Amino acid sequence: MDKKLHISVSPHFHAKVTTQSIMLDVILALLPTTIAGVLIFGVRSLAVIAVSVGFSVLSEFVFNKLAKKPMTIQDLSAVVTGLLLALTLPVNIALWEVAIGAIFAIVVVKGFFGGIGQNFANPAITGRVFMLVAFGDVVSAKSFVGKGIVDTTASATPLANMATAPTSMIDLLLGTHAGAIGEVCTVALLLGFVYLLIKKVITFHTPVVFIAVVFLLTLLITKDVNTALAYSMSGGLFIGAIFMATDYATTPTRPWGKVIFAVGCAVITVLIRMYGNLPEGVSYAILLMNILTPYIDKWTEDKPFGGEA
Amino acid sequence: MEKKNKLSVLTSGFIKENPVFVLVLGTCPTIATTKGVISAISMGLAATAVLICSNLVISLLRKLIPDKVRIPSYIVVIAGFVTMVQMLMHAYLPDLYSLLGIYLPLITVNCIILGRAEMFASKNGPVESLLDGIGMGLGFTFALLCMAVIREVFGAGAFAGIEIPFLVDHCVPFLVKSSGGFMVFGLLIAIVTAISTKRGKKAPELGCSGCPAAKFCKAAAGDDVECVNATAKTEGGNN
Repeated sequence: MDKKLHISVSPHFHAKVTTQSIMLDVILALLPTTIAGVLIFGVRSLAVIAVSVGFSVLSEFVFNKLAKKPMTIQDLSAVVTGLLLALTLPVNIALWEVAIGAIFAIVVVKGFFGGIGQNFANPAITGRVFMLVAFGDVVSAKSFVGKGIVDTTASATPLANMATAPTSMIDLLLGTHAGAIGEVCTVALLLGFVYLLIKKVITFHTPVVFIAVVFLLTLLITKDVNTALAYSMSGGLFIGAIFMATDYATTPTRPWGKVIFAVGCAVITVLIRMYGNLPEGVSYAILLMNILTPYIDKWTEDKPFGGEA
Repeated sequence: MEKKNKLSVLTSGFIKENPVFVLVLGTCPTIATTKGVISAISMGLAATAVLICSNLVISLLRKLIPDKVRIPSYIVVIAGFVTMVQMLMHAYLPDLYSLLGIYLPLITVNCIILGRAEMFASKNGPVESLLDGIGMGLGFTFALLCMAVIREVFGAGAFAGIEIPFLVDHCVPFLVKSSGGFMVFGLLIAIVTAISTKRGKKAPELGCSGCPAAKFCKAAAGDDVECVNATAKTEGGNN
């Protein structure tokens, strides 16, 4: 009887969604991509992923201890950051560089700004951009050798040799071409996207608009459907649009804000790819739009019912 | 007492009032010349020489310079010494002269030198100003050296141009770039602030002794009334 009349303060109903459950969903959604990456690029990609995840979690642990903050490694966000960072790196990267990138992503990008939810930019993206700037060509799309089950030869990424030797559509779909560990297999990334949509972890706005606008702009510039398709399916566009541009803390919260964010990302990506010095611009595009996110949120704020315009 | 004061004038430039890490002056040469240890030390010493001389001269002239034209007068004195240092370096240390390049004449507009002229030399006697110049100059050199060691050792894998065996293959070139310089700068400021606040200043304690209204509050004096600060907003004060 006493137990049935137990009274507590509100809220009386709890959703079962926690940070941990969301992060677990993201990890599950990244699983096909990870497996595909290991199959395509071989065992060494496992080492890259292990170092990245390991150092992310370790630096989060050490930083929380030193800063005397509540321990946050059990929410799995550091695992997601480490996994995403590893998936955007080439397989032949030096492992100590991966470790420094992971430490930078967690300590500088996330820890210094107040931990999970307080960071102004996506830690994985910023970690990758840091490595791009810090180690020069190492991260950028040069030639990667695949030593996995699928036999790939050393070559530049499809984006770098788009003009001379276009990669076939099937290769682009299955990911049997050069590139970063997690960005090559489009089918696996789409599987993850569908899983996240079903679990309602993300909405469709950002990824769909991002990829569609990149396709349309490329079509407009090159006036060739095949090239535009190849451009949209290669490089880091899919992993960036699905997993990076949908991060909660660093992207707009309202649907129209997400659309503006995605269009901005797409425009910057195409500008860098077509007219910039770099072959790929997705990570820079998302980072730049991360910085604009607070303003976009301000512009697209919902008007409360009966409130002033 | 007199002697202790002069000593503290000399030493305050090092950590407590370090021109770079605490006063945050002279950021431009700090970022630009700390790519290597050699350029950092020579920049620091050149600026120190100018700072000592200009502090001394400005302190001696402080009663002659009219208040309205003091800044141009300071700049003339400083620029004179910078030109002297520049010519001497050009004649006797041509390698260093070309290494420092534009940053040597730019010492003229270095905030530390003008800042010390305005904040210290124009208000204190020549001996104190001389000591202040030495302390601040050495503090500046020390700060540049700290940054340069971090940036060169971890960014280029070398110390003063000599390669370090293991690090040269495992360096982070980002640190040598300007953006990396800003990051090292920020981290060092954080560390210095952490050290200096831990040692000296403590956060004002809660309670009546730390309360800004303690002077005119009866509760702080021990009377049995409620605290002014807590009730002031809700009741408009008791009086």
